Order: sequence, then structure tokens, then C-alpha cells
Amino acid sequence: MKQTQTQNQHRPKRYGMAIDLDKCTGCGSCMVACFAENNVPFKQDETDKLLSITWMRVYKITNGKKFPETEVCYLPRPCQHCAGQHEGHSPCVSVCPATATDYSADTGIVSQIYTRCFGCRYCMAACPYHARYFNWWDPVWPAGMERYLSPNVSPRMRGVVEKCSFCFHRYQLARDKAYLEGKRAVSEAEYQTACTQACPAGAIVFGDLNNSEHAVYQIVQPDAHNHYKSKNPYAFRLLERLGTNTKVYYLSSREWVRKAGDNYLANEEPGASHAPNQHG
Amino acid sequence: MFPFNFEWVWDMGHYVFHGGLWYALTVIGLGMTYCIIKSVVDTVKGKGGGHHH
Amino acid sequence: MDSALIPEGVKRCALWKFLLGLFLVGLVLAWGVYAMLLCWIKGLNQTNMNDYYGFALWIWADLAVIALGGGAFFSGLLKYVFGKDDLKNIINYAVLIGFICYSSALLILAIDVGQPLRSWFIFWHANVHSMLTEVAFCLSCYFAVLTIEYIPLILENRQVDKVPFFHNLSHNMHSAMAVFAATGAFLSFFHQGSLGGVSGVLFGRPFSYREHILIWPYTFFLFTWSAAAYGPSFTLFITWLTEKITRKKLVKDNTIFLLAKISGWMILTYITAKSADTLYWMFKTAPAQGLNWEFFYSNNALYGKWILFTEIVLCGWLPALLLVFKPTRENAFLRVLATLLGIIGVSLNRWVMVLQTMAVPVLTFDMWALYMPSWQEVATTILPVAYGVILIMISYRYLPIFPQEKELNPINATAEEAAA
Repeated sequence: MKQTQTQNQHRPKRYGMAIDLDKCTGCGSCMVACFAENNVPFKQDETDKLLSITWMRVYKITNGKKFPETEVCYLPRPCQHCAGQHEGHSPCVSVCPATATDYSADTGIVSQIYTRCFGCRYCMAACPYHARYFNWWDPVWPAGMERYLSPNVSPRMRGVVEKCSFCFHRYQLARDKAYLEGKRAVSEAEYQTACTQACPAGAIVFGDLNNSEHAVYQIVQPDAHNHYKSKNPYAFRLLERLGTNTKVYYLSSREWVRKAGDNYLANEEPGASHAPNQHG
Repeated sequence: MFPFNFEWVWDMGHYVFHGGLWYALTVIGLGMTYCIIKSVVDTVKGKGGGHHH
Repeated sequence: MDSALIPEGVKRCALWKFLLGLFLVGLVLAWGVYAMLLCWIKGLNQTNMNDYYGFALWIWADLAVIALGGGAFFSGLLKYVFGKDDLKNIINYAVLIGFICYSSALLILAIDVGQPLRSWFIFWHANVHSMLTEVAFCLSCYFAVLTIEYIPLILENRQVDKVPFFHNLSHNMHSAMAVFAATGAFLSFFHQGSLGGVSGVLFGRPFSYREHILIWPYTFFLFTWSAAAYGPSFTLFITWLTEKITRKKLVKDNTIFLLAKISGWMILTYITAKSADTLYWMFKTAPAQGLNWEFFYSNNALYGKWILFTEIVLCGWLPALLLVFKPTRENAFLRVLATLLGIIGVSLNRWVMVLQTMAVPVLTFDMWALYMPSWQEVATTILPVAYGVILIMISYRYLPIFPQEKELNPINATAEEAAA
């Protein structure tokens, strides 16, 4: 028994998400929870969204049809924590010149080391999801708000890039606790992201894509031999055919929503089997 | 503490990169060292005074 | 007043004219320095960059000056390694222009990064798999080489040369120049290439992504080749401009024709490869990612198909042919026009690889994003130009940049003494 636990503990994890777009109402609770949890800075004037830092951003997409056929879908977009075509070759991690963003082989999480980032923004140019944000200003908190910042997440200074970390500090806390309690494994419920817990519709499911007992695994049914492509016919990933191999899966019963996940030529069928790019 | 505690693994990429880098730096460094030492020697020998070319 | 510093046997304008010129260009420089300080003190919020445009005007300027400065390494390679001795009459100027371009590029980078004081992390925590790391290392090393190539020129100043040690150092550095030039060419090959690789490896950006040979995307080779091709055109254009401003012939035609011919053939081979690369990307690479090439040139206010025509035909094939054919090459107007078109072409290529890459939406529900630089960005981009003009003014006045100037512009010895 003890040996099994140790084995479990040492097996690499692959944290990921499944977001059911049929359930998402676009309420934005995930965005708010993320702001509060991660000390994400904001400005008085947030009208220019190209300057807003939103680790989790909810997009509104439509099928482009006129009334009464118009359909709307909300799509929450955290960092996709790409693994690339060989584990760790994320678009951003592979380009960072100072190793300030790293791919954890233990958890599959793409980290950002704020104190090492010197702000060249190459990672932002590399990320097709716009999941990376630059601190154009130093954070200014409304009076008294410093006292409400999370002590577990370091606030970022001007001139560095930041992004969603899958609430990695929560993983650290859970891991430490599990270690102290007899070196046991971190359970599914012990490590959940803030957005997952905040979603009133329960649209977000988070867990280990390598652990068949986790809900996210059961929903996604990832094919470990095919770049973790989902076997669930309703699931898709964003820009899958670019070979980013992300860990955030979306679910929808609507075909046009699934089609919005990738670019297709006029004569192509969405979801048609295609070989991903043969790059490094 | 010391910069000899490398964060990276010495794989092929690192050998090629550092090989190329240190090759170039060595050539530049040795080239300049040669020029400076030879100039000092030349000067001591009394070459190069004034306007002749 | 400063005649003792001016090279022997050449004529320079009056000191007050020179100082007035310095002052006027200095005003532009001061404007740029002010903007630079704003960016450093207040941060990059002084720019109009945003989270879609993390790379913008500066990075374009950086890539462009490095491409244009390619004349230095390529002329050096031709002269010192391949023995094209005629180029000795223009090599000093090529080195000076290269020095200006590269120091400007380093300055721009120092303004562009969010935490300039941490710039050394790129060396300390180097990720050798990043193209930008390769750029940073090779760029710094090559700048050292350019400095080494520029130093002997400074030592040849009439007064400095009187010091025996400096005279010897200059002589010895000249003797060893082939070694430095070869190292410079080696370093240039990699940093010009890795600058091309910067956009070519972005597999999340179908507009700039290219297939690879070993670890290098096609853009790696195209950037190196284009810098070697268009760099000499820039050297020629600036030489022509300097001749117009000083109202003197400074370099003999045989040297100009030789470099123009080399540049022409290089552009011709480059643009052939670039055309092939573009066609392959249009009909193979982009469709494999689910995108029709016309998508990249529609639904926005700026980036249309005109840009392909301008870059590849008007500023690629045309200057190549003008410089390759002897009658057009030896026609002053057409030659200068060709070099100017070439400069526009390579700069446009760098613009496209940086700014159009940022502009094109990748997510299907995303939008084209256009951007307009702030005045601080414009001023800091003009800053290196002003700095370059000043360095050329000072170097031209006090250093024997053009070995043929004396011969091409003989002056009456008594008149010189009277002027002094």
C-alpha cells in the first residue's frame, strides 16, 4: 500500500482543465476570482482591453448568423499550458532567452519567474492565445487593498510578463500538507484552481489528465499516444492543428463552437484527422 | 553561489552553443592580446615614432 | 582652429559650420534622449505598445539597422578573406556604418526591454534553444569585433598617430584584421540568421512560421542572405549621400561598381530564394495550418497584397536586375535608385516579419490589431539616426575614412596653409 502511494506520488502529473461551454453563462466569476486569488493588478481605466491584464479572459463568440439564427457562446481562456510536440516545447518556453518561463515535467504547468523575466516580451509574440500580459505600469492598489492581497502570490513589478499559473501556489500548499501528513499523494479535491471553484455553473473541471480517477480524465479521455488528443467527440482544444498540445479542453454539443477552435480551409471538415506540424 | 553551478544539462545544444561562443571569444581575445603585446614590443624597440607610414 | 586634427591633404568646412551642424543634429539627438529617459524612468507605458503588440516599432528598427549594417561584415569578408582588394577604398566607411548600426541596435534593445537592469540575465540564465539568446550573444560579440575594426581608424587620426604605441597598435591591428573579419563574418552569420529565426520558429504564428533545416527555419538563412545582399547597398547609398553633402567624390567608380555588382548578384540570388520560400509558404505551410494565404492580406486597413508586390518585385527583383546589368549599374541615377529600393525592400521585409506577424489574428474569434507608435517611440527610433549622423560627421572630419579622397580632390598646398 505504502509503495503504491509512493509510486503515485512520483508519477508525473499533467494538470489540465475541461471547460463545458454549454454550461458557461459568461458571468465572469472565474475572471474575478482569478484577479483576487492571484493579486492581478488593475487600473482605474480598463477601457482599453489590449492593456488589461486578465489571466482568465472570457471571450464572447457568435456563429455569425443573423437573427433569429444568431447563437452566442462564452469561452473562458486561461493559459493553455501547452506541452508542444515534445513535452515542454511550448511556444513560449522554447523562446524565452533567460529561462524565465519554464515547463514543469512533474506537473505539466508552464511557470513564469517574475524576478528573472527582464521584459523582452518574446513569449507574448510566441503565444497565439494572448494568454501572456505585460506589466506596462507598476501595480497601484486602491487605498487599504494591500491588506487584502493574497500572501501566497507575489505581486509583479513593472516591466515583466505574467500569466495564469493554474494557481500553482495552491498546488505547493497542497503538496506541502500532503508531505507532512505522511508523504501521501495530493488528492483531486486538495488542488483546485480559483476559477474552477468560483464557477457557479460548474463548467470548469480541473485535475490530473494522467490520473484515470480524476473527473477531468474521465471527461476528456486523453489519448496519451496521440499528443493527448481527446477521444470525447464533443471535446476540442484551441488551435490544435498548430501543434501547441494544450491542457485546456473545451466541450460543446454545438458544431459551430467546436469549429471555432481552429482555422479550417473552405473545403475542410472540422475535426477531420490531420497530422500536426512536424516541428520540434 | 559560484557561476560554475550551471542550471542546464550539458546536452548537444549546449556543447554546440558554448563551443561556438567560446571559440569566437577566444579568437577575439587572443587576437587583441597579440596586437597589444606586439605593439608594446614594437614601441620599446623604438618603432613607429612620428609620421612615416 | 582644429586644423591640427584634420587629416593632411584634405579640405574640411569651417569649424563654425561644423559646430552649427553638430548643434542642429544634437537637438534631434536631445529630443530622442529625452524620450529614452521617459521610457526608462516612467516605463514602457510611454509607448503605444500593448499586449497584442509586444514587439513593435523598435524591434522593426532593430532588425532593419542590423540588416543594413550587414554591409560591414560582408565587405570585410570579401576584402580580408576573399581578397577583393579594391574594397579597401570603401571598407572603412562600411565598418563605421556597421558600428553605428550595431551600437544603435544595442541601444534600442536596452530601451525596449521592460527591466533593462536585468538585461544580463540573458547571458546568465541563457536558454540556448532561444533564437533571442543566440542573437544577444552574437550581437554583443560582433559589436566587439566592429569596435576592434573601428579602433585602428581612430588611431589613424593625425595627432593620435604621433604616439608611437598607438601607431604600432593601429598597424598591428590592421595586420590581424583578416582574423577579426573572419570571426565577425562567423558571428554575423549566426546573429543575422537567428534574428530571422526569431519569427520563423513561432509555431503559434502561422504568418511567420517556416519549416526547418536542422534547428533553423528558412527565415534564418533568408535573413543572413538578405543582410549580406542589401547591406552593401546601404553602404553604397550612404556613400553617395555623403558625396552629395560634402560635394566631393570620395570613392572611385571601380570600387563603387564592384560593390554594386556584388550587391546586385546577392540580391538576385536572395530574392529568388525569398520568392520560392513565399510560394512554398503560400501553398504548403499556411494551408497545412488551415489558412488560405489571402487571409493574411485581407480584412484590415493596412496589410494588403500590395505589400508582397512591393517587397518582392518592386524592391527585390527590380533593384537586383538594375545592379546586375552593367549599363544600369554604371548609370548613377539608376544605381542609386536601385540601392534605395533595396533599402526599402529589406526594411519592409523586417517590418512584415515583426509587425504583420503581430497584427494577424490566430484564434478564429480574434481581430486584426493595428497599432500606431507614440511620439516617444518615434523619437527613440530617430535617436540612433541623429547619433549616426553625428558620429559620421566627427569621423569624416577628423579621420582618414576615405583613402582616395586626397587623390580625387587635390588642393593647392599654399591655399591650405593660408586657410590654416
